[in-house]
Amino acid sequence: MEKITLASQLLQYLITGLTVGSVYAMVAVGFNIIYNVTEIINFAQGEFVMLGGLIMVFFHVAMGLSLILAFPATVILVTLVGMLLDRLAIRPIRQPSVLTLIIATIAASIIIKGAAMFIWGKDPYDLPAFSGRNPITFLGAVIQPQYLWVIGFLVFVVIALSIFFDRTIIGKAMSACADNADAASLVGINVKQMILLSFALSAGIGAVAGITMTPISLMEYDRGVMLAIKGFGAAILGGLGSFPGAILGGLIIGSIESFGAGLISSGYKDAFALLVLMAVLFFKPSGIFGDIEISKIKRF
Amino acid sequence: MLRITKLPITIFALFIIFFPWIARQIPAIDHYTDIMVFAGIYCLITIGLSLLMGYAGQISLGHAAFYGIGAYVSAILTVRYGLNPWACMCIGVAVTAAVALLVGAPSLKLKGHYLAMATLAFGIIIFIIFNEEIEWTGGPDGMAGIPGLSIFGFELDSVEKYFYLVWGFVLAAFVFTVNVIQSGTGRALRAIHASEPAASAMGVDVSRFKIMIFVYSAVLASLAGSLYAHYLNFVNPSTFDLFFSIKLLIMIALGGMHNIWGAVIGAGLITFLSYEWLHYFEEFDVIVYGAILLLVTIFLPQGLAGVPGIVKDWFRS
Repeated sequence: MEKITLASQLLQYLITGLTVGSVYAMVAVGFNIIYNVTEIINFAQGEFVMLGGLIMVFFHVAMGLSLILAFPATVILVTLVGMLLDRLAIRPIRQPSVLTLIIATIAASIIIKGAAMFIWGKDPYDLPAFSGRNPITFLGAVIQPQYLWVIGFLVFVVIALSIFFDRTIIGKAMSACADNADAASLVGINVKQMILLSFALSAGIGAVAGITMTPISLMEYDRGVMLAIKGFGAAILGGLGSFPGAILGGLIIGSIESFGAGLISSGYKDAFALLVLMAVLFFKPSGIFGDIEISKIKRF
Repeated sequence: MLRITKLPITIFALFIIFFPWIARQIPAIDHYTDIMVFAGIYCLITIGLSLLMGYAGQISLGHAAFYGIGAYVSAILTVRYGLNPWACMCIGVAVTAAVALLVGAPSLKLKGHYLAMATLAFGIIIFIIFNEEIEWTGGPDGMAGIPGLSIFGFELDSVEKYFYLVWGFVLAAFVFTVNVIQSGTGRALRAIHASEPAASAMGVDVSRFKIMIFVYSAVLASLAGSLYAHYLNFVNPSTFDLFFSIKLLIMIALGGMHNIWGAVIGAGLITFLSYEWLHYFEEFDVIVYGAILLLVTIFLPQGLAGVPGIVKDWFRS
């Protein structure tokens, strides 16, 4: 038995934290995509992650589809749910205000959660890890191969998104909506379609987060709220609307949570991220990369 | 929206006075008095919350926490220290007011999403504390043996007696809140709702009013929590979870948040839905709540309290 030193213990917390943080970062990126185009905070963001995990379990475990097929199938299905959310809950609102939009996405999130409980019940589900569960030992810390998948997918999502927003015409059109929706529609961009697309994209990323995290932490119907609020904490910490901020914020929140749970109290694990969220909101609501001037221009 | 006349309040009071008697006459609904006690407790919270959300335009997703603090202060002080329940209720109110001030002062500088998330996070933190501080709160198993209430030796030991106590509180809170709405404070609040910069340009001390109302709504929630603890003689954390805060939001949205009557109607309806009419759905009732919330937000932004106005307009045209 190898001796567990404090250093390796701390390294363990850091690695676990960065893994969990990658999931929060993906949720935060999802928040930002919708927020940038619509200025809506989608309280149902965490439900996409939950759905991603559970639908993947359905395709991969229950139906026996291979990983290669089940993964895209799950992402597509959750993306459709995201589009339905826009069409059924957001667009029908005639006089959108912050309050009504918050309430609509909360309503959608409890409907999705209830439906998931109806379909999958209350038990947590496991998913086989993508490349086995033989841990890798690194400087005394134990790394599950799945950790690398989670972090790897975060990197993939970030690269894919930056190519999408910088290099493709649709991505640029979406960025234009984010800057000024009225001006964007004047130059012929269909803003409604861009909003729909933002919900689709953000749901898809949520699904990826859910699929990759399920082999590590299982998945059950009521996980969404906590994921959403921690992802929001990550987005706020980094500066709402900023993509590098979302990633940095996610990794920081994940690490704080992991160190807090390991060194202070595991019972208060969830409270640490929330305390960080409240502290940022109270003392520097613009976050690390956020711009106060820009946040003043935003409608909501 | 603005005028609250005396006649409906009188009718409302008479309805409350005769409700237990009516319920007793019809065996099928004689347990409704018990449900009405809960409706009254929720009503106490929604009256304050409606003032905060509908009139001052500030969102809170953390009022379950204030409700819980009231209940737990009452529970802990009576069970562990044997203090007088009424004294505990007052201490609960004081503690809640202090916490609300502490959280409200920085939170209410925030707007919209930020405020919603800050109060949401606060509510969840308090919920975690209820679960984790087992020495004090009994943890997830909760606390039993909370004594009932009595007034000058007169035990409130039956459902009907407690019914009158709770609804007495509701009526007092209602009348007080209506007076607030119709006073200068109410006008200031509506000004804040319409536009904060404009309100402050007119000399309204925006942040002071917002905090005042936040603390007032928290205090009402705390009172409701104490009443709940002494009625059930038992508290556990799951009563005060995030979903309860959302349920409060559903009550207010369904009743109509721009009208104080909406708070009463919404609390009553949702209480009866959850204690009586949605039994068939068991725990899937959350889907029904979500559907109600979504449909009301889309099709009936004024809530049920807005229906008479819609009907009136319809007849006119």
